[in-house]
Amino acid sequence: MTAKRQPDGEMLRGTLDMMVLRTLATGDAHGHTIAKVIERTSDNVLEVEQGSLYPALHRLEERGWLTSYWGASENNRKAKFYRLTPRGRRQLAAQTDRWRQMARAIGRVMGETTLEQGQDS
Amino acid sequence: MSWLRIFRRRRADEDLRQEMELHLDAEIEENLARGQSPEEARRRAYIKFGNPQQLRERLWRQNSIALAANLGRDLRYAARTLGRTPGFAAMSILVIALGIGANVALFTVVRSVLLKPLPFQDPQRLVRLYEDTLGNTFPFNQNAAGIFAEWQKQSHSFTGMAVSGFAGYNLSGTNGQLPETVQAATFSWNMLPVLGVQPALGRNFAASDDSPSANGTVLLSWSLWKRRFGGSPAVLGQKILLDARPYTVIGVMPSWFAYPYSTVQLWTPASHENTPAQMQMLDDHEFRAVGRLKPGVTLAGAVSELSLITQRIHNAHRDDPFVSASANGRFLLESIVGDIRTPLMILLGATGCVLLIACLNISNLLVARSVSRRRELAIRTALGGSRAELLRQHLTESLLLSAGGGALGVLLAYGLVEWFVSLRQDVPRIDAIHIDGVVLAFTAGLIVLSALFAGLVSAFSSRSDRLLSVLQESSRSYSGGHARTRLRRVLLALEVGLTVVLLIGAGLLLKSYARLRSADLGCATSNVLTMNFSLPTARYDFPAAVHFYQDLLAKVRSYPGIEAAGLVTTLPGDGYGGDNGFAIQGRPPVPQGHGQIALHRWVDPGYFSAIGIPITSGHTFDDNQQLGLATEVIISRALQRQYFPHEDPIGHILLTWGSRPYRVVGVVGDTLFSPGEPVAPMMYFPLYALSSTDRKDFMSGAALAVRSGGDVTRFALPVQKIFQQLDRDLPVSDILTMDQVLGKQTLDASFDATLLLIFALVSLVLAAVGLFGVVSYLAAQRTAEIGVRIALGAQRSQVLALMLSDGLRPALVGLVLGLAASAGVTQLIQSMLYQTRPLDPEIFSAVSVALILVAAAACLIPAWRASRLDPMQALRVE
Repeated sequence: MTAKRQPDGEMLRGTLDMMVLRTLATGDAHGHTIAKVIERTSDNVLEVEQGSLYPALHRLEERGWLTSYWGASENNRKAKFYRLTPRGRRQLAAQTDRWRQMARAIGRVMGETTLEQGQDS
Repeated sequence: MSWLRIFRRRRADEDLRQEMELHLDAEIEENLARGQSPEEARRRAYIKFGNPQQLRERLWRQNSIALAANLGRDLRYAARTLGRTPGFAAMSILVIALGIGANVALFTVVRSVLLKPLPFQDPQRLVRLYEDTLGNTFPFNQNAAGIFAEWQKQSHSFTGMAVSGFAGYNLSGTNGQLPETVQAATFSWNMLPVLGVQPALGRNFAASDDSPSANGTVLLSWSLWKRRFGGSPAVLGQKILLDARPYTVIGVMPSWFAYPYSTVQLWTPASHENTPAQMQMLDDHEFRAVGRLKPGVTLAGAVSELSLITQRIHNAHRDDPFVSASANGRFLLESIVGDIRTPLMILLGATGCVLLIACLNISNLLVARSVSRRRELAIRTALGGSRAELLRQHLTESLLLSAGGGALGVLLAYGLVEWFVSLRQDVPRIDAIHIDGVVLAFTAGLIVLSALFAGLVSAFSSRSDRLLSVLQESSRSYSGGHARTRLRRVLLALEVGLTVVLLIGAGLLLKSYARLRSADLGCATSNVLTMNFSLPTARYDFPAAVHFYQDLLAKVRSYPGIEAAGLVTTLPGDGYGGDNGFAIQGRPPVPQGHGQIALHRWVDPGYFSAIGIPITSGHTFDDNQQLGLATEVIISRALQRQYFPHEDPIGHILLTWGSRPYRVVGVVGDTLFSPGEPVAPMMYFPLYALSSTDRKDFMSGAALAVRSGGDVTRFALPVQKIFQQLDRDLPVSDILTMDQVLGKQTLDASFDATLLLIFALVSLVLAAVGLFGVVSYLAAQRTAEIGVRIALGAQRSQVLALMLSDGLRPALVGLVLGLAASAGVTQLIQSMLYQTRPLDPEIFSAVSVALILVAAAACLIPAWRASRLDPMQALRVE
């Protein structure tokens, strides 16, 4: 996956938010860590344009789902750390539920279609 | 989302820059660790990250609230757009200015008069107290001093109670100034402490000043002090002559102080100005009482305590029905502004309607414009302009319009308020009226509201989701049926409906005013000149005053050109003037709780013929009713109808003025004491005689009525000269023709009717403009269609009818709506109507006809133009 520009639709933006929240559920992190974690845990399938992470972080903070503070990074540089708020945690739960439902539904639709095609051939 | 972040965006930008720097460094380090060359590491990190500058811009935008950050740009754009249609812009601004100006002016008046607390200390605890006389016949009667004295002695609800009474003096000229009559009030010494007011200069009355034996003392109003005494503090301690008696000036009141009226120019102590007997009377209601409630005492509680006291006094004087049996109370502010509240509120409602109509009109015009700019908007939407951006632009335009209108409106309001204050000196608290910060805030609110209203309505009419259909729509549109025209029609119908309500309200008030002015007073009103004078009792005792009257009349009557002259204490139509209880000798006593009262007047024997009041039976006063004790009375027909329905009243004896006998010698026609009030029974007493054996019991002032064949105003100066010949130091006041007296009495009715009519006419013009606009627009839009119709053989008259019906339909719907609404709304103004029903069919039909005519005229021009179209040209359009 080397494509630099991903289709930047509503859905992707929504899922990026969700993934950021999910990443922060395990502990506070700064931007670079978040990008790396998303990349690695998705086996490098979801390689977001890393820059777009920051407007998202600021947006989530503005909505009150994250808070931030300045701390020291692994190599002792000043870095902005993000932390999930209780509201963010609730939001994550809700989004996860919705995502699971949707994934199940899409899966079902896709599954049936391939089955029918299989019968025809 | 918090809009505050706009102020933090610089911080946020700095944060982001640091974050990104860290991120890129970390990424580069990782790449270096993977063994890439420094350049490659750097390149890959940037590729993976994206453009940092772009991100910063994105976040900056994200943090800038669109409205604020783009305001400048939007304003410029809106100004340019409006500048391209200066006619439209000027028209809209003018319309809004009218609406906002009228509203601001009236709000200023309403706020100053009705809403602002009185300028006294703790005004919410000040109450006006009344007697409830004759079992609810006069539930808010003034106070008898004797009853008040008992209240003061026995009640525990008040920290203080005080009374004021009416007075008027001849203020003698000093240093060559002319004498003048001044309106005054008497105060009990504790009035100012009860109100919580200090004189601006000098001191208040002391308790010792408030007694018959004290030397005369007087408090001056600020304006009298400035005008008559040059604003010099040296006036304190000086003596001035009131009715030729000396009074020491002890203080000057602050300039804002106006109690009980703004016309009062000086104050004297009540007990000094009245005899001890007068201050103990239980049935002579001459005073106004105020009280300051103790903390924790409610008005109702205080009133019921006073009622109990009053009831006890009443029970001890069962023979006198005019001794009240209970008390009443109102908060002082309410008692001062009570009568003006309804008219003001109705006028405020009317101006609200005008503003609403103005806004409807603006949104109508904006909708029309957005229709012609439909393609522009569609293209902008297609190019990525978001709905929010388009909406914002609509709002900016309407905000610009209403801000311009608002600024102009404030100027207009300023002028209107000045005019109102100069015209309506009769309105209580008129001196408190001025435009202040709250009013300006109100204006700002109105501007924003109008902008939102006009902008949102027009914005919602240009729905961008029909983008494709707009762009695809062939330029040759032959159909006129758009949702947008429907919206314009709805707006128009509303506008017309509101206009109808205003027109009907104005019509009813005008009709009632006309009825009021044409009400038959019962005497001659044209070519009658009147003036008031009052003889200072210090210089005129009983026979001297009568001689003055007789000399005056003799001189005036013999002046060439004057046909008749007479004297009366209160002119017809000039107010209540006072009343008396009476009994008829030989009749069984009136049942408990009832009293017989009639208005009283004192007249010279020639008064009736001078002013044209017919003597229907009997005759005027005999010659023996001069210089002695009065024994004769003349009654009005209303008194005869009510008390002598089946017999001749002549020769009967009325017992009044302390049960003294008066023989009825004549019956005269009724006169109205006030236009708009029903006829009341009246008793006339001889002006030339004493009312009791006390030689001070005579009338020391009167109104002179002069009648001539032609223009009577030319006698104003000669008659004043006659006064000067008789007494150089006697001022004459209120030199008015009878018509002017009536005009003064009906001023409020004419004012309300005129204002409402102006509002209604403005609305009518706005509605007509709206109609004209809609039909013009429809005609323009259907040019091609009409061309085809005419080419296919449609008659011009058919086209005309088609276009007319298009425009008239919303007008008719609006008319029906308006008539229905008026049926409800007019009930509210019932109390302001005189001999006019709220559902007056004449007014309703006249308004309907007028509205249809105006609507037809407004539609006719564009419709006629459409029917004149040359089909060839029409089809070539576009």
